[in-house]
Amino acid sequence: MTNLELIFPEIFLSLSIMFLLILGVFKKNSSELVQNISLIVLLIAAVITFNETLGINETLLFSGSVIIDYLSSFMKIVTLLAAFLVLVISSNYLRTFKIFKIEYPILILCSVLGMMVMISSNDLMVFYMGLELQSLALYVLATFNRDQLKSSEAGLKYFVLSALSSGLLLYGCSLIYGFTGSTNFNLIANQLNSNEYALTFGIVFILVGLAFKISAVPFHMWAPDVYEGSPTSVTLFFTMVPKIAALTVFIRFLYVPFLNLIEQWQIILIFLSIASMLFGAIAAIGQTNLKRLIAYSSIGHIGYALAGLATGSNSGIQNSVIYITIYILMNLGLFSCLLMMKRNNEYHEDIEDLSGLSKNHPLLSLSLLVILFSLAGIPPMAGFFAKFYIFKSVLEQSMYFLAIVGLLSTVIAAFYYLRIIKIIYFDKEKEKYDTDHSLWLKFSLTASTILILIYFIFPSQLIEVVSRIIII
Amino acid sequence: MIFPILSFLILLPSVGALFLLFTKSSDENNLTVKYVSLFTSLVNFFLSIYLWILFDQSISEFQFVEDRIWIKGFINYKVGIDGISILFIILTTFITPLCIISVNNSIKSRLREFLIAILIMESFMIGVFCSLDLVVFYLFFEAGLIPMFLIIGIWGGARRVYSAFKFFLYTLLGSVLMLVAIISIYWITGTTDVVQLYDLGIDAKYQNLLWLAFFSSFAVKTPMWPVHTWLPDAHVEAPTAGSVLLAAILLKMAGYGFIRFSLGLFPIASEIFTPLIYTLSVIAIIFTSFIALMQQDMKKLIAYSSVAHMGFVTLGIFTIQQQGIEGSIIQMISHGLVSAALFLCVGVVYDRMHSRLIDTYGGIVSVIPKYSVLFMLFTLAALGLPGTSGFIGEFLILMGVFKDNFLVAVLASIGVIIGAAYMLSLYKRVVFGKIVNSDLKQMADLNKSELFILSCLAIPTIFFGFYPDPLINTIEVSVSDLIRNYNMNLIGN
Repeated sequence: MTNLELIFPEIFLSLSIMFLLILGVFKKNSSELVQNISLIVLLIAAVITFNETLGINETLLFSGSVIIDYLSSFMKIVTLLAAFLVLVISSNYLRTFKIFKIEYPILILCSVLGMMVMISSNDLMVFYMGLELQSLALYVLATFNRDQLKSSEAGLKYFVLSALSSGLLLYGCSLIYGFTGSTNFNLIANQLNSNEYALTFGIVFILVGLAFKISAVPFHMWAPDVYEGSPTSVTLFFTMVPKIAALTVFIRFLYVPFLNLIEQWQIILIFLSIASMLFGAIAAIGQTNLKRLIAYSSIGHIGYALAGLATGSNSGIQNSVIYITIYILMNLGLFSCLLMMKRNNEYHEDIEDLSGLSKNHPLLSLSLLVILFSLAGIPPMAGFFAKFYIFKSVLEQSMYFLAIVGLLSTVIAAFYYLRIIKIIYFDKEKEKYDTDHSLWLKFSLTASTILILIYFIFPSQLIEVVSRIIII
Repeated sequence: MIFPILSFLILLPSVGALFLLFTKSSDENNLTVKYVSLFTSLVNFFLSIYLWILFDQSISEFQFVEDRIWIKGFINYKVGIDGISILFIILTTFITPLCIISVNNSIKSRLREFLIAILIMESFMIGVFCSLDLVVFYLFFEAGLIPMFLIIGIWGGARRVYSAFKFFLYTLLGSVLMLVAIISIYWITGTTDVVQLYDLGIDAKYQNLLWLAFFSSFAVKTPMWPVHTWLPDAHVEAPTAGSVLLAAILLKMAGYGFIRFSLGLFPIASEIFTPLIYTLSVIAIIFTSFIALMQQDMKKLIAYSSVAHMGFVTLGIFTIQQQGIEGSIIQMISHGLVSAALFLCVGVVYDRMHSRLIDTYGGIVSVIPKYSVLFMLFTLAALGLPGTSGFIGEFLILMGVFKDNFLVAVLASIGVIIGAAYMLSLYKRVVFGKIVNSDLKQMADLNKSELFILSCLAIPTIFFGFYPDPLINTIEVSVSDLIRNYNMNLIGN
């Protein structure tokens, strides 16, 4: 077996998970220790990925079922770092709810492992295994605060609907296998007979499953409920990390085996994208719960990322990756604020609770201002550039309708972001929030705000990093 | 390496704002905060005057150009000025310190944040007037929404939330189409550099749609009838300094945009759509003048008069005559001074009586004579009395229009008469007559800072009214070059 070092990160991660499980079982009260070790494990895995695989040319492993290329390495690093940040800023929240247990970091590690497998998959089977590994961990995470009815409900809802979508996805896989005789992406591409309608059905089923995982409209119904019901730290994880992996699979699945069928799936993607952008913007207007609002806003943002994928060009893919990276940064900041909304050890998550925040916490509200304007896509924040790049690729393909609908929905979306800003800045103040936040929480908020704010000074760097992603 | 004076102009207010951000906000600090921001904006003002002195009026090329790679292989950060933009930059740097002085009386809470917003606003506005790349322009153009939204929303009047939202969403909706157009221009021509685009020209078949996309943004911002409705709301609710910035500078961005981009980039489409602009402008002039005549609220009246005045501006721009365009530019500068002064005048009495209704006032001439004199001057300037800057602008515009279209010119002239009617009736009802309200007798006359601000605005209004040469000399070459380019492009296609 050659080239085994290329999957060192995954191997390291799985060994660590086993070790941590044993450690957690045999050592009493070890949740602090497990948490810290998991953090280090995530960092080390990121470093290994960076060192071993980032500069490597495209390499296939295990008779072509695993692929290591620049896209997979980049996405893995983003996943690992995002997971690290989620874990590190959520510990105080978990302690408050007395759910600071050893399982939490281990489950996160499991799902990260699943995502890494997904990101590297070049085969329907491998992809499905990764998907299920991450999903199973996520179901449990959603119910993690099991004493709360809402959390259990969220987990159950997520499980049932997700199982349904996995079923559809598997059915699609079997159709594709039946009509091409292979589950390997490259082999499928070779065997492809574009006159076979059943293949299109297979693609549609798989797209439905994937759209469900990234909560694109019309397969988004679970997202608001699950996001609202899950513990905030888990919601944070949901809105950021799984989307990276799912987006990567989207890219690979559409562009490697089925590039020739682009006419068939392009229209589906355009529909998913437009529906998500519009629905996310309109449905978020009426929300009163911040987590629910973030759910709808993330639906909208996924719409923009999909618009990049719908272009069928390399620059579209690259700009989607940029979009999702900047989106993660903004979400991290937003959730850091959410995790700071604590008064007498009680977390608040209604929009009204932000009322008059600017009087009591000027710096916190300034960061929120920056983050929200960035989410709304107003220059000179990073969020504007993310949208700008997407529309640049969309217009390159002369898809004017998609671009105009997308930009109009940014105007609609601006309304609900402005509403939050209005509540923060224009309304009467309420009681002060606690200020004893952990250093990491403050760090992640400050860092994300500053990065969003000064992104316009050095926009080329991220583009350069991403420009090495070449799929077609 | 030449000293990057334009970037310095753009950045300096932001640096000042950043400095303010790190000062403690407490009541004792208010004075320091004010001096810091005043100092920053004054330095910027003198720098821009220095720029005007350095500026060579005899060449039509862009000067002080800075061209840096910004997004590799895509966009360059390019700024530069010609005769047209420098006047707007000076207007901006001139109005901002006056706004900062004026906060004395009107802003009671969160002074530090207010000044930060004003300074950041100044940065963006200067950026708009000197950017030579479409994307850079869009960036500054849009970014200005953020501080203005906060200024209206935090320090505004009773219906501030509604007005702030209306302002933000209207303008954003107009602008997104412009973004589509900008990116399309990039894909059509391969660049967003304005200077290169002037040379390259844009294919005739795309021009109409692109022109309309730009128009949607500028028409909202100008504002032209029928998308002007955000302006009265925003003006009425904004604090005095906010109204001043809005009227004096923000509205000029659109007029500037029409000259620089609509005429410069899309001559064929401009030719086609001139009747549309004429119609909308004439409607704006006559219709909103009548609306202004009916207003009970002083700020609203002045806001509607702004719409009418901007109607003259758009009319003048699209005559594509030397006089018309020069008149439009002078009208914009003059309107910047006069409307700023009028809003400040309203602010003065509002701070004392807390009412903007015309009926509250009457007969204040004997109570506050100094105020009445200055208010008179600006009223006359607004209706275009010879000897004030307002006259020069309107006169040149009408001259340009008469050459082009007699009917439009006659209709616009009727607008001038109605304009005189509403301005004079406003003045009469507020200043003359009987004292209707015993509280009015207690009103104090202008204090030192108010007197200073209004005099600062009065001097250029009168000076340029009698001697507009400095303005005309500055813009002459650039305007004639613009028109020559325009005609060449028309023939070339």
